[in-house]
Amino acid sequence: MELRKSYFADQRKDDLHEIGQPRPRSDSPGHVTGKTAYFADRNLPGMLHLKMVRSPHHHARIRSIDTSEAQVHPGVVKILTAKDVPHNVYTILILIQIGPEDETVLADGKVRWKGEAVVAVLAETERAAQEAAAKVKIDYEVLPAVFDMEEALKPGAPVVNEYHGRNYYLYDSGECRKVRFGDVEAGFAGADHVLEQTYQSSPIEHAPTETTGCIVAPEGNDRFTCYTNTQAMFFTLDNASIILQMPGNRLHFVGGTVGGGFGGKVDVIVEPIAILGAKLTGRPVSFIYSREEEMQISSPRAAEKVVIKDGVMKDGRIVARKVTGYTDAGAYSRHSPYGAQKGAGHYPGPYTIPNVWIDTYCVYTNRTPSSAMRGFGVTIGDFALEVQMDKLARLIGMDPLEFRFINAYRDGDMKAHRQPTEGAALIECMQEASRAANWPVAEKFMAMSSHAKGA
Amino acid sequence: MAKIPVQFTLNGAEKAEFFDSGTTLLNALRDKIGDTSPKGGCHQGTCGACSVIIDGELRLSCLTLAETCNGAAITTTSGLSQGGVLHPLQRAFLDAFATQCGFCTPGMIMAAKVLLDHTPDPSRDDVVEALSGNICRCTGYEPIIQAVLTAARSNSQNAA
Repeated sequence: MELRKSYFADQRKDDLHEIGQPRPRSDSPGHVTGKTAYFADRNLPGMLHLKMVRSPHHHARIRSIDTSEAQVHPGVVKILTAKDVPHNVYTILILIQIGPEDETVLADGKVRWKGEAVVAVLAETERAAQEAAAKVKIDYEVLPAVFDMEEALKPGAPVVNEYHGRNYYLYDSGECRKVRFGDVEAGFAGADHVLEQTYQSSPIEHAPTETTGCIVAPEGNDRFTCYTNTQAMFFTLDNASIILQMPGNRLHFVGGTVGGGFGGKVDVIVEPIAILGAKLTGRPVSFIYSREEEMQISSPRAAEKVVIKDGVMKDGRIVARKVTGYTDAGAYSRHSPYGAQKGAGHYPGPYTIPNVWIDTYCVYTNRTPSSAMRGFGVTIGDFALEVQMDKLARLIGMDPLEFRFINAYRDGDMKAHRQPTEGAALIECMQEASRAANWPVAEKFMAMSSHAKGA
Repeated sequence: MAKIPVQFTLNGAEKAEFFDSGTTLLNALRDKIGDTSPKGGCHQGTCGACSVIIDGELRLSCLTLAETCNGAAITTTSGLSQGGVLHPLQRAFLDAFATQCGFCTPGMIMAAKVLLDHTPDPSRDDVVEALSGNICRCTGYEPIIQAVLTAARSNSQNAA
C-alpha cells in the first residue's frame, strides 16, 4: 500500500505514521486461540431458555391467546404476554426524539408482520421451551395486508400501524423529507436531454455467523447483568430501561464482542424481554436467535425504490436532478425514518448540480421491519446514482469517468442541502483511479483539483 | 431422560461425562466440558463455526452426537497452542490479519489444520477447497487463504 501525501501537501502538515503500516489487532490473539468470550460463551447454573411464539400471519387481529396447555408442559417455568411488559409500546429512536412509539415488545391485540413476537416461553431447556411454544394457541382474525410501497401509499390501503395512522412516517417537513435547491423544472426545460429511470432493491439480510442474542443474570440485589452482542450498548441499555421502567443503574450491560453485526444488531429486540424473564423468575435467562430467526426475524436492510430524473447538457453538465426515494420500513419504524432522511441529504451524490428536488418517504408495509445495515439510507442510493451516471454518459456519448470529472463537487460548491463543500477529494480519487485502472482521461481532467476551482 | 456415559480425550486430556441422549458434541463441549472454542452459528451443519477434529478427521460438532464419541480423540482450537506458544496456523492467522469478528476463526483453523495434516504443501486451490465449508461473513477470505499458505510454508521450513 502506498500513501500519497502530495495531493493535499499544503493542507496537511502532520506526519502520518500509522497509515500504510501493519499493526496487530489487540483482539486477534483471543480469536486464534478460541479464548475470545462472546456473549453465549457462558453457561450459568439454573439458566432458563426463552423461545418466542411468533405470528404466522402478515397482518391479523389477535382474538385470544390460550397458554393453558403450554403452562403445564414439563420444564416450563414462565410464560409472558404483552400485559407482563411494563412499557410495551416503544420505539428505539425515541432517545433522540424520533417518535411516536409504534412497536410492541410482545404483540398486543394485533400483529403487523409474519414472525412478530406474541408470547415468550421460558423453560428449563431449549427443547422444552420450543415444545411448549408450539402448544400456545392463538386465535387470529386475518386482516388484509400490504407488501408494496406504492400500494401502501394509495388511498384506501390497509393501515399497517395505527400508531402512525397512515402508511408513511410524518416528518416535521410533512409526508417526506424534502430538499429544494434552485428551480428543477426550469433546469429540465433548458436541458439537452432528460432521463428518468427507476431503481429498486430487495431487503438484504446481514446473516452474521453469530446469531442475535443475550444472556441475563439476576444478581440477587435487584440488579441484572446482561451479556449481549448488541452493536449499540447504550441505545439498548436506555431503551431496556424505558421498556422495563427500571432505572439504568440496575442494568449492567456487558458486551462489545460481536460475532458479526454489519448493522443487524443495533435494534433492541432480545434484551428487554430476557431481562424481564430473569426478573420475574429470579433465574438466568438465555435468549438466542436460531439461524432461522436470524434469517427471517431480524431486521434486514430496507427495500428501496429510487426514481431519478436528470437533465443533462451535451457538454456533460447535469443541470437538474429530481429524486424520489422510498424506504420500506416494514411494519415498524426502528431506524428507517432516519435512513430515509439520510437519503434526502445524500441524493444529489458527490456532484454539483444547480437545480435539485428531493423527496424521500419512509413507508410502512406488512413486511419484516427493516433497520440499519452498512450505510443504510445511502448505499442503495449510491447504486442508483452511479448506474444513472453511466446511463447519462452513454446518452450523450461521453466517457463515464470524464463525465464524473465535469460534475464532481469541489471545495466551496454549495450542496443542495445548503452545506458548502469542504475537504472534497473526489477529483483526486478519480485521478488515482484513472491511473490504477489504466482508464485514461483527457489531460485537463488530470490537472483538475478539488480545491483550486480555476484549474 | 436416560444419561449416557461418554469418555474421550479433549486436546490430550481425558474427559468423562454423562450426557442426555441426543446431546450434540457442540453443546456437550460448550455447556458440559467448558470448551467454548467451537461456535454455534447455525446448528444445522452449514456454517462450519463448530468444526472440530475427531480422530484426525474434520467434523461438524453440531451434527455429531456426543454419545457417538466414546473413545474418540477430539481436538479443538483451544488446545492448539503448547506451553503458551502459538501453533503455526494461529501465528499465521494473527500475522496475516486473518481475523475480523473472530467467530469463524476457530472453525477455520480446524479445517486448515486437517488440510495441512494431510497435505503439507497445499496449492491455493487446495486451501480454498478445504475452507469451502466454513463461512466468514466479514468476508475476509483472502487473508485467511494467505494465512494457511503461510503456515504451510513455515511448517515445511521447520521440517527442513
